[in-house]
This record gives sequence, C-alpha cells and structure tokens, in this order.
Amino acid sequence: MLTRLRRLPARVRAIFVSRRLDDDFDEELAAHLAMAIDDLQNQGLPPEEARRIALLRLGSPASLGDRHRRERGLPVVEEIGRDVRYACRTLRRDSALTTFAVLIVGLGIGLAATVFSVVQALLLRPLPFERPDRLVWIANGDSENLSEQTAQVVNLLAMRGQSQALAGVEGYSPFYGVGDVHLTGDGGPERVTAVRVTEGFFDLLGVRPYAGRYFTADECVWNGPRVAVLSHAFWRSRFAADPNVVGRAIRLSGESATIVGVLPASFDFADTFTPGNPAEIFTPFPLSAETNRQGNMLALVGRLRPGADLAAASAEATLIGDRIQGAVGETVMNGRRNGFRPRIASLRAHVSGSYRDALLALVASVGFLVLLVCANLSNLLLSRSASRQREIAIRTALGASRPQLVRQVLVESFVLTGSGGACGLALAWIATDVLSRLTETGIPLLHDVRVDAITAGAAALAAVVTGLAVGLLPALRVSATAPNIVLQRSSRGALGGSRDRVRRAIVVVQVAVACVLLAGAGLLVRSLARLLDVDPGFAPRSVIAIRVDPGRTVARDRVPAYFDEIVQRVRAVPHVDAVGLSDALPLGNNFGWRRWSVAAAEHAQDRSRRQQPLIRVVDEGYIGAMRIPVRAGRAFTADDADPGEPVAIVNDTLARRLWPDGDAVGRAVVVSRVQRRVVGVVAGVRYFGLDRDADMELYLPMRQTRDHSVVDLVVRTTVDPDRAIPDVRAALAAAFPVLPTTRIRTMEQLVDRSVFGRRAATGLLAGFAGFGLLLAALGMYAVVSYAVSQRRQEFALRMALGASPSAIRASVLAQTIRLSFTGLAIGLPAAWLAARAARAMLFDVAPADPVTIVSVVAVLASVIVLAADIPSRRAARLDPVVALRAE
Amino acid sequence: MPSSKTDILQGTLDLMVLQALDALGPMHGYGLALRIEQVCAEALRINQGTIYLCLVRLVQQGWVRASWGSSENNRRAKFYAITAAGRRHLADETANWARISGAIQRLLLLGPNS
Repeated sequence: MLTRLRRLPARVRAIFVSRRLDDDFDEELAAHLAMAIDDLQNQGLPPEEARRIALLRLGSPASLGDRHRRERGLPVVEEIGRDVRYACRTLRRDSALTTFAVLIVGLGIGLAATVFSVVQALLLRPLPFERPDRLVWIANGDSENLSEQTAQVVNLLAMRGQSQALAGVEGYSPFYGVGDVHLTGDGGPERVTAVRVTEGFFDLLGVRPYAGRYFTADECVWNGPRVAVLSHAFWRSRFAADPNVVGRAIRLSGESATIVGVLPASFDFADTFTPGNPAEIFTPFPLSAETNRQGNMLALVGRLRPGADLAAASAEATLIGDRIQGAVGETVMNGRRNGFRPRIASLRAHVSGSYRDALLALVASVGFLVLLVCANLSNLLLSRSASRQREIAIRTALGASRPQLVRQVLVESFVLTGSGGACGLALAWIATDVLSRLTETGIPLLHDVRVDAITAGAAALAAVVTGLAVGLLPALRVSATAPNIVLQRSSRGALGGSRDRVRRAIVVVQVAVACVLLAGAGLLVRSLARLLDVDPGFAPRSVIAIRVDPGRTVARDRVPAYFDEIVQRVRAVPHVDAVGLSDALPLGNNFGWRRWSVAAAEHAQDRSRRQQPLIRVVDEGYIGAMRIPVRAGRAFTADDADPGEPVAIVNDTLARRLWPDGDAVGRAVVVSRVQRRVVGVVAGVRYFGLDRDADMELYLPMRQTRDHSVVDLVVRTTVDPDRAIPDVRAALAAAFPVLPTTRIRTMEQLVDRSVFGRRAATGLLAGFAGFGLLLAALGMYAVVSYAVSQRRQEFALRMALGASPSAIRASVLAQTIRLSFTGLAIGLPAAWLAARAARAMLFDVAPADPVTIVSVVAVLASVIVLAADIPSRRAARLDPVVALRAE
Repeated sequence: MPSSKTDILQGTLDLMVLQALDALGPMHGYGLALRIEQVCAEALRINQGTIYLCLVRLVQQGWVRASWGSSENNRRAKFYAITAAGRRHLADETANWARISGAIQRLLLLGPNS
C-alpha cells in the first residue's frame, strides 16, 4: 500500500505527459529491437529471421505500449477522462438539452448557494468576535424595541458586581442619532455618527484595535479628555487610510478631540448592532453620577464566565433583577434608581435571531426548487436514455460491460450538473456581491454575505448529489435490458410501462412542489401588497427629510431663531410646498422611542391612570407638511409659543386611553408637571414599521419645549423630490455653511427601507415560484411528448378505426389533467401547512387565503395544460397512414 | 490489496532487476533482459518486454534512475541505475527474503517424526 502511494505523484504526472512518455517508450523498444537483431545477426541468422525472433522474444509492441501506459498512469482516471470527453461530445450534439439542463441546474444551485450564503452570514458564521458563543445580550424587560431594552448605569454596575455567571458586562448607548456629530476641519463639514461605548466594550467583545488603542480609565470620566476611536471604513473614507492618524486632533461638534485608535476591518459595529445606521466614531461613555442621572442609557452586552451557561446566567439575572426591584426609587450615584428586569439571550439570537424564520422559509423554498430541478433533469435524462437504447445495446453487444455503461451514463449526468454547478456558483458570486453592497436595508451582517469555502463546498456537493440523483435512474435502466431484446425489436415497444409510471410520479411531484412555491409566493405578495396599502398615518410621497439640528455650533438661546430661519429659507425654495420640523421622524432612527408619563388633569393623582405615550416635539408646520390627518381640533400654530398657553396634541389612540368616554379636545393633560390644553387629535403614525400598529403619541410644540436633540426638517415638494433636493441643499448651504447636508433622504426611501426585508423575501420567493412553474410546465411537456411519441401506433390505429383527431387530443389532455390534479391535491394541503408554519411572515392574510388558492390553481392548471397541449396537438395531427407504415 | 500470484512474481522480478543493477552497475533494458534470462529463464517467460513494465514501477518508486546514453556499439539506449533508496530497499528486501526462506526451510525440515 505504501509503495503504491509512493508512486501516486509519478502516476498522476504521467497522465499529463502521456504523449512524451509514449514516444520515449517507443524509442526504447526500437533500441531494444535493434540491439537484439544485431546480436542475432552476429550469431549468423539472416536479417529477416533475426527480426522475427527478436520481435517474438520482446512481445507485441502495441500490447506492451498498452500495458506500459496502464502501469505508469492511473487507468481509472484515464478511462473516466475518456468518458468525460465522450460525454462532452454527445452532449454537444444535443445542445438544446445540454443548454437547458445546465441552465436549470445553474439557476437552482445558484439560488440555493445565494440563500445559503445569507443563512451562513446571518445564522451560522460566528460573529466577528472572540469566542462569540460566550457573548450575551442583556435586555431590560420584554420590549422588542431596542431603545426600550436599555439599562441605567447603576444597574449595569449591579449586574457587574453581583453576577457570578458573567465575566464582564459592558455597554454602548444606542441613543445616538445618525449624523449627530459635526466633524469639521480636514475637509468639508460632515455629519458623522458617533456612538458612546463603555471603557471595556471592545475588549469584552475581544476586538483588537487595528491601530492605536481603546479608552483608558481616566478618559472614561465625566468631562474627561475628548478622545475618539474610528471605524475602519470611516478611517479609510475620511482619512484616506492615513497610517499616522492616531494622535491627530479633530473637531467634533466644535470641540477638539484626539484620535486614539482605529477599529479592525473585521468589525463593523453597525452591521452587528445597528444595521442600516452607520457608526463612524466611538467616544467614551463614562459610568458616572452624571450619566447615571440620565436614566436608561445603555444597551448591555456581557460575556459568560468559563463554565457558566446561558440558563444559569438567565436564572441569576432574574434574581438580581428581583433584588433591584426592591430598591427602585432609592438614590444611588446621585440619582433615582430605575427598575431593571434583565433578560439574557445569546448575542447571536439578539442580532439575527428575528430573521431565522424568514430565512428558514427561504431555505425550504430553495430546497423545493432544487428538488424540482432534479425531478426535471431526471425526467429529461430518462427520455434521453430511452432514445439511446439502441446505441447502448450496440455498445453492449460490442463488449461494453455493465459497470462501464453505468459509469458512462453517470459521467454524463455529472458533466451536466457539474457545469450547472459552476454556472450556479458564478451566479451566487454575483448575487452575494450585490447583496453585500446594499445599504440602508436594516438587515444585520449583510455585508458579510459572500460565497465562502463552505458555500462553495456545499454547492459542489449539491452538484454531485444532483448528478447522482438524476443519473442513477437512467444509468440503472440503461444496463438493465439485454441487448438482443432491444435490437430484435423495433424502436418503440412495450417497454414503457414502469418507466412511464416513474415519469408520471415525477410530474405529480413537480406539480405539487410548484404549487407549494406558488402558494407561498402568492401569500407573500398579498401580504406585501396589504402592507404597502397600510396607511402609515402620513403621506410619504414627495417628502424629503434632512437633519438640521445645530449641535453645539449655535448658542442655546439662538436655536429657535436658527430654526425659524431654516424654515423660512427652505420655504422660499422653488417647488417647496410645505416645511416642518420634528424630533422624531417616522420609520427613521432618531429619538422616537422616548416615552413620558402623561395623565388627564382630572386624574393626575391616580398613578394607575397614567399613560406612557411616545413624545414628539414638532413645529407648527410639521403636521400639515406630513399630512397627518387632524381628527378633531387643530394643528399647532406659530402662536403656540412661550410665553403662551401650554398646549398639546394627542393621537387618537392616546385620546381613547385618557378619555375613553368623550372628546379630548379642550381637556387638560399633565405632562412633566406642566398642565397643557389639548388643542387637537390627530391620526396615529406607524412609527416603528408599517406592520406595527400606531402607539400612543403626544405632540408638543417646539416653541414650548427645548427638550429635543435630533431635529429633522421635512419638506413637501410639488415635484419629484429628487429634483428639489439640490435646491434645498443649496439654500441651506448658503445660509449655514457649517451645516452638513450630505445626508438627505426621502420619506419614500425610509418606507422602502422599513419593508426591505419583506420585499426581498417576497421577490425571492416569487422568483422561485416562477422558476418552479416553468419547470413543472416543462416537465409536463416532456412527459406528454414522450407518451405521445410512444403511442403513435396506438393513436394511428384508433384514428384509422374512426376516432376523430379531437378525441385523440382530448384523451391526451385528460391524462395531463389527471396528473395535474393529483399534484394539486398533494400540493395544496402541503402549501397550507407550510403557510401555517411560516405564519409570522404573513401580514393580514390567512394561510388559506381563498384568493391565493384560486389564483394558484388557475395559474398552475392553465400553464400546465398549455404545456401539455402542444404535444397533444401533435398527436391529433398524426397521419395514420404514415404512422402505421413507419412500422 | 496485492493480488497474490502476479504480485509475488512482480516483486521477485523487481528484486532481481535491483540486484542486477546493484551488482553490475547501469544497464539498458535489453542488457537487463539478457541478464535476467541468464539467471532465471522463468522470470521473463512471457517475453522480454515485461522488463520495461517492471522498470517503470521501479523508476516511479524512486529506486531506479533512467537516462538516455549510448550503448557499446553506439546505439542510443536508455540506461538504468540503482539509486541510494533502491539500495536500501534491496538490502531490506534481501534481509526479508533471507528471514522468510530461513523460516520456511526450518519448517520444512521439521519432519513428522521429530
């Protein structure tokens, strides 16, 4: 065995230099013969006789050459190589079938590999941290809204101090607005997004700095030295990957700060924690009395101690939470302690767990699709093998062994699926490249989507398995028949029976699978349509939004005048219809999470009747510019100012909660110890997503409260908003050169982003379903064509005996319809089960939605009958005389 | 893995070629064939060409080196020479043979009455 292995490299090499070795060997044999003839002649033999004897002793050069080749090379490989060449030749002759087969396998494997790459990135590949399986997310309470899962500084410290299961607890503040910070100096002013993180945050994740360092303890104190760490991408884009960036001074919102480090390229904070929102700069979040007083400011991440598991950490966290619950309201670190109900989940589950169901649904669909591809290809190869029966029989008669024939047929199907797999990988490579470049999708880890070695390996495996699956049936059939039977009999025959049963079963499966895919796609399309029909509570068309809050570039008492001027200037821009300001953009990512305690004035003392609505601080133009319907009363006016009567507007949800029995307008509410008169009731705005019902909302006039930080300007235009953007930008830039206006979005972009995931899933599934429908139709076409060609004589005979062409056609169609209905009978219940399992993906549509079912049946049945009608017409056109003569 | 008879025969031929090359120095295939026929007419009973299949094996195993040269009467011929690895292999195999044949001899000498 060992000596065999020793020869392996030489034998492999011999395959590639075969011709040279042949020549060499021929020459050697010639030399041998010449020497032998010389010797024999010297012994006195005549030349002819010497030659004869020398040849006799040496052996036949042809046979020696053959044995030599087998000895030096790898005969199996060479034979397979020959089979491959032969397969390529025959497949090239059959170019229509080959192209089609490679195309469907390519599409199938390409789609499967793409879906798998996404699954790989979102669910399987470890997060780019050290021992990521040990990292946990510590939510506060059960809300699914990130902003409401945050905890207070003292509670982070309590967690850190009391937990035995966690080796460390760190946090970042999710309450940053995109473009919160003005970066000035070094090129034009730019709004950048800065995230505050605690001292050990990056170390806890196990992310090593690419350059420089992270924060030190004396930088993580209130009013400590201003320092910043850059994200890798931002370092490249803004600082041109300057290797000496560490130590450089920059100005952040007017204050000087020093760059101390750069994050590695492998860690994209936003991709993991805040998909869709870039994070460019990181600054320290001090755990001090001042930040403690700010309340629940931190999203917590922890690392399990070696030996501890998630369940133990969870149980312990609940205990710690209970202990803290008893101390709520106490004064610690100069502030009131907030409630804290820690809930521990793995970081992976927090980051991408919510995509699991949708991805599994996609995986299942793509699996069905690959099944369809296999069924189709298998069908194709079966009919091909039927037509090649005579060729095979002749080869058998000429001495081809059964294993050789099986190998030949298998090699052929491997050549098909292999080339298909290669096309598929290329397709997947392009598709993942496009996916990974998408921005503003809100889907985490999308930038990590790529065809990696595992995906490529899985695709190769899929190609091999497919090749085996589709090749095995024809291969076994090919060798099962004795050649004399086939050759004796004419090309058609009674052979079709069991083969036909297999083919019919395959078609039934195809119809069923196509039905499941179509139904799934139909339900998703209907869901998406329903969702897009949802009234978001404002009119998103022709509205653009721009961050305009001045940061620290404008003195505090000058801010109202600054806003007034912005509004005036933009209103003067051509094609601008209305302008408004808000601190909470719907479907945006600002401070729309903020809830305050509010009570009807008459029940102000009754704690149980307080409500916690979301707070929106808006100017007098906002409600009109967004076209938020005013249900009663009025919107704000410029007179709702300070000094002036404190007023508020409630949405209808809050109005119903506060005054279940009556009119809200004119009533008084208490907000932050200020009594305000309700002047209007407006419709609810779906702030967090079109599929979430509007929550309670309370609007406060911007002229009466300064309690806002992020402010967006919304501009309704009378033309396509993209056309108005340059003018708006120019107007703002002329008045406020330091105001960065790089990020201008339309509200429609925000709506699109909020439904991106659903739209992508729907689009994908619709594509799958279309492909599946095509495959099912082609499968039906192939089967019926084959059946018609096999039954030519029968039809001819029937026609000769008086059957009309239309009767022949009808009998063929009847078979088709029977097959489709069997397929539908299996497919529809399966589709219903699948839809029930994936109910979370549906919006406002029942799993057994009648509209969907009826359309699926109609589309599937008509397409399939259409596909079957072509060969059945051929049957009807048959000339009985010609067909019977052909015998 | 070895298919009994042919492999044993192959192994014997391999050993004989190595032995010849070791003892007589570099030779061409024709010379080797003559030499082996001299020693043991049986080994190449089928035909002389068999020697070349054996040489391919030995070269691929690295026990023998081949190079083109000219023969005593100035014909171009391929010459084979044993390598250091080949000598080691020969020594191992010779020892092996000696041990096995010794053992078999002893076994055969044990008569039923001893």
